[in-house]
Amino acid sequence: MSKKEIDGVSGTETTGHEWDGIKELNTPLPRWWLGIFFLCILWAAGYWIVMPAWPGITGYTHGVLNYSQRDQVMADVDALKAARHAREAELAHATLQQIQANPDLLQFAMAEGRASFGDNCAACHGAGGQGARGYPNLNDDAWLWGGKLGDIQHTITVGVRSTAPDTHQSQMPAFGRDGILKPEQIDDLTEYVVFLSGRPSDKGAVGRAAKLFADNCAMCHGPGGKGDRAMGAPNLTDNDWLYGPERADIRDQIWNGHGGVMPTWGGRLSPETIKALAVYVHSLGGGE
Amino acid sequence: MHTVIKIRNSDGVERSDAVASNSAASRSFYKSRVPIYPKLVDGTYRKLKWAAMAVLLGIYYLVPWIRWDRGPAAPSQAVLVDLAHERFYFFFIEIWPQEVYYITGLLVLGAVAIFLVSALFGRLWCGYACPQTVWTDLFIYVENLIEGDRSARIRLAAAPWTASKVAKRVAKHATWILIAIATGGAWVFYFADAPSLARDLFTGAGSAAAYGAVALLAFTTYSLGGLMREQVCTYMCPWPRIQAAMSDKETLAVTYRSDRGEPRGAHKKGDSWEGRGACIDCNQCVAACPMGIDIRDGNQLECINCALCIDACDDVMARIGQEPRLIAYDTDANVARRTARKPARFRFVRARTVLYSSVLAIVTVVMAVSLATRSTIDLDVLRDRNPNFVTLADGAVRNGYTLKLMNRSLAPRTFLLSLEGVVPKGINVIGVGVVTQPVPLAVDADKVRAVRILVTVAKSDLTPGSHEIHFVLVDPKTGERRAADAIFVSGDTP
Repeated sequence: MSKKEIDGVSGTETTGHEWDGIKELNTPLPRWWLGIFFLCILWAAGYWIVMPAWPGITGYTHGVLNYSQRDQVMADVDALKAARHAREAELAHATLQQIQANPDLLQFAMAEGRASFGDNCAACHGAGGQGARGYPNLNDDAWLWGGKLGDIQHTITVGVRSTAPDTHQSQMPAFGRDGILKPEQIDDLTEYVVFLSGRPSDKGAVGRAAKLFADNCAMCHGPGGKGDRAMGAPNLTDNDWLYGPERADIRDQIWNGHGGVMPTWGGRLSPETIKALAVYVHSLGGGE
Repeated sequence: MHTVIKIRNSDGVERSDAVASNSAASRSFYKSRVPIYPKLVDGTYRKLKWAAMAVLLGIYYLVPWIRWDRGPAAPSQAVLVDLAHERFYFFFIEIWPQEVYYITGLLVLGAVAIFLVSALFGRLWCGYACPQTVWTDLFIYVENLIEGDRSARIRLAAAPWTASKVAKRVAKHATWILIAIATGGAWVFYFADAPSLARDLFTGAGSAAAYGAVALLAFTTYSLGGLMREQVCTYMCPWPRIQAAMSDKETLAVTYRSDRGEPRGAHKKGDSWEGRGACIDCNQCVAACPMGIDIRDGNQLECINCALCIDACDDVMARIGQEPRLIAYDTDANVARRTARKPARFRFVRARTVLYSSVLAIVTVVMAVSLATRSTIDLDVLRDRNPNFVTLADGAVRNGYTLKLMNRSLAPRTFLLSLEGVVPKGINVIGVGVVTQPVPLAVDADKVRAVRILVTVAKSDLTPGSHEIHFVLVDPKTGERRAADAIFVSGDTP
């Protein structure tokens, strides 16, 4: 540049750039500012030496401190396990009733149960245990296999129709699909089940279906349709429907005899975690 | 753009005006700090600033040591930010994290108050109350005590490094660092019990966080107050820019009265004052300025309105027998009016100041009323949405709620909880069992208790749709009452 242009008002040199008559001032930066810039470069060099910084072909420079976030997490996890150790031992020794009676232990079990429920159970039973079609709601007071603390613990341990040798086992026949009953008989039975649940129903169909029910269904569901927990047979007289309350849902169930599978958690989760889960599920509101 | 000028000398050599692009003249990207040696002055404003400094430093250093008895449930420090227990104590006020809007309100108040002050009196905050100003003033005072006044300091700076100069410099920086450590040290007392933290700090038993905070604040105090000084205001602080939008030509600010002062020039004793201004160009205002500027150039970005130039100029005016306040708190409008031979006038009531005052009054009243009438109990209801409702075997419907009961008083209390808007078949408090209304629930002093409650409504009492219900929490002793709205979902569409 041959000549510096000086702004008349501020006495500062301009860059020569002009927009709409406004010229940009070339205000000099304070020198200490430049110093901070060099300090930052120095800091970066120090950082390379102290902390992991440069990637290599098979690894990376570890730095003098050998810092690793992964190691940090592992150390934190170990510390947490150590901190929980005493409580876990208490859980292992206490009965489910003792856990529920001890506020401190209950709080610990509830926290572990909630976390474990989210990890293992929520996929089918829902985040709040609200269930879905074919997956039981754990909040209500209808229990296929029992709603006492011990029943819940047992069901979690062995599962339903799972691979465990002592799993809960029940199988409703597919009356329609396998040709055991005729379609019109199934229509009548559907009406009979609606009648059992106390809803308005076709009297003629109900009359025709009484003997059909006694012959085909009462063995498991009981003569009055009250169900049987030993068989895992649902109560047909209440307001709880695993596969839906409408006539079409009921007919579909009689026709196909759906039966879901719950895996056995006995080998996968520790006995302490299963205890915590049992206490948590029991507290959702339906526990007996 | 390069201009090409070709000059041929008689010897035929071509000459050019080309300049090396890296010549010293072109390399002015950076500016070294021009050292400033403010001269100590005496006068009204200097006295005012000493008083302000004493009061503000006194508040800063002493407030954490004021005790305030709150009983065994809370700390006995009058002003305490208790981060670990999520409480802020200010004498009789205790603020929970949920009430952070009080802090927001305080910040709004502070901002609007500073707008109003700026519109009326310019940068009063910058000149008297800003920590940067107070500590810089203190650091310059220390410098003055150890190294002497302006001329002595200038000589010392230029002097070779003798033992005496080294001793003075060491003494100065050591004092600065001591002040800086005391500053950082006082800060941490606002976040923990001051007497026990002081004992821990001195015996080496303090936490790393406490020492770290002290060290960090000591470093910033020393570097910003001792070394950076006016550059913090000029380069770092956004306030000079903001205040330009707050002030106008009616704002009282430290102003050189050019109507009186010009034309300026040296004046010999006995010479006539006819046809000239009162300014004798003695530069005492520049020598006294901690920002190193000349107020006679007009109101400018760098000026923090500390008014020390007024004291410096008044001293000179007294000596030459002229009226004081050639530099004074004045307005740009008045300078223009006097120049036009009109009487000066001060307009404090302007649209701007009325607006700021109204906002200030409204925010103050809202804050005061809400603070005075705030309840010491509180109730929050979180409705279970997952499941939204539960149908029980007998057709009854159950909804779940998590209630948060807050006891903001410093004594344990037992509240009575009741439910309005629905006829429950049963209320089940998880951990307690099925209960009847009103439900007594004990909450510890200064604590929140979370309670999960299941409300069941019998099939015969159910009506379709969602129903508004109210949880009501009452303290039977004081009669304080708090209601929280919630919804009961029947599960049937109406």
